[in-house]
Amino acid sequence: MEKIPILRMGDYLLVTIQVDMHDRLALALQDDLTKRISETGAKGVLIDISSLEIVDSFIGRMLGNIASMSRVLDAHTVVVGMQPAVAITLVELGMSLPGVRTALNVDAGMELLRNSVDGQEEFGYGSRFY
Amino acid sequence: MAVVSTETLPVVSEADIVTVRRRVRETATHLGFSLVDQTKVVTAASELARNTLIYGKGGEMELIILNGPRVGLRLLFSDRGPGIPDIDLALRDGFTTGSGLGLGLGGAKRLVNDFEVVSRAGEGTKVTVTRWK
Repeated sequence: MEKIPILRMGDYLLVTIQVDMHDRLALALQDDLTKRISETGAKGVLIDISSLEIVDSFIGRMLGNIASMSRVLDAHTVVVGMQPAVAITLVELGMSLPGVRTALNVDAGMELLRNSVDGQEEFGYGSRFY
Repeated sequence: MAVVSTETLPVVSEADIVTVRRRVRETATHLGFSLVDQTKVVTAASELARNTLIYGKGGEMELIILNGPRVGLRLLFSDRGPGIPDIDLALRDGFTTGSGLGLGLGGAKRLVNDFEVVSRAGEGTKVTVTRWK
């Protein structure tokens, strides 16, 4: 079966979605990513959607799910590279991706992830809750 | 209103949803739609094709090119599923009888210029949308 590759770089997992996903592939990515976060203890997930020509409610929901699930597994998610036409359409569709953090490109997304992870350590969230 | 061409695509599997998206994109590009308008009509088609598959238990999409006086792309989704008992309710954001977000029908309506649903309980549903250039 087709699979979307998940790359590991230090504490981060990187995903680039380059195909027009059918629904089952999107669900498989959701499962694979949560599994990889828990296996690797990754602190951040970066999802590059710059090749996606549309994001419909199904893919939008998948992105929201990944963000929520990774949060529960103590990782941050940033979605990067959304095309402007996709953003316009998504909002008109009624989906503003609440709970999903976004950045314009991979560089900005990585910086956001690093700041989130560092910030969390500085403020001692870990020691407060465990 | 002159119909330039029509084409029918099956909507009976998830792979068909991808084919519908691709075909609608090709046609909208060919007609000279702006990138934003292409994206809107393809996204609407994706939502409606999924509805046809999941709620209508499969059906088909007719793709119609209109020309004169205006150029437009019309998509007609039809199924022989259980039908929609209350269309107003089905159009409301957040309403769903399935596991989705309930944005499909109402969301698709906002992405096109003309929108029509005809549904009879036990007979099926026809959704017609048109995006004008």
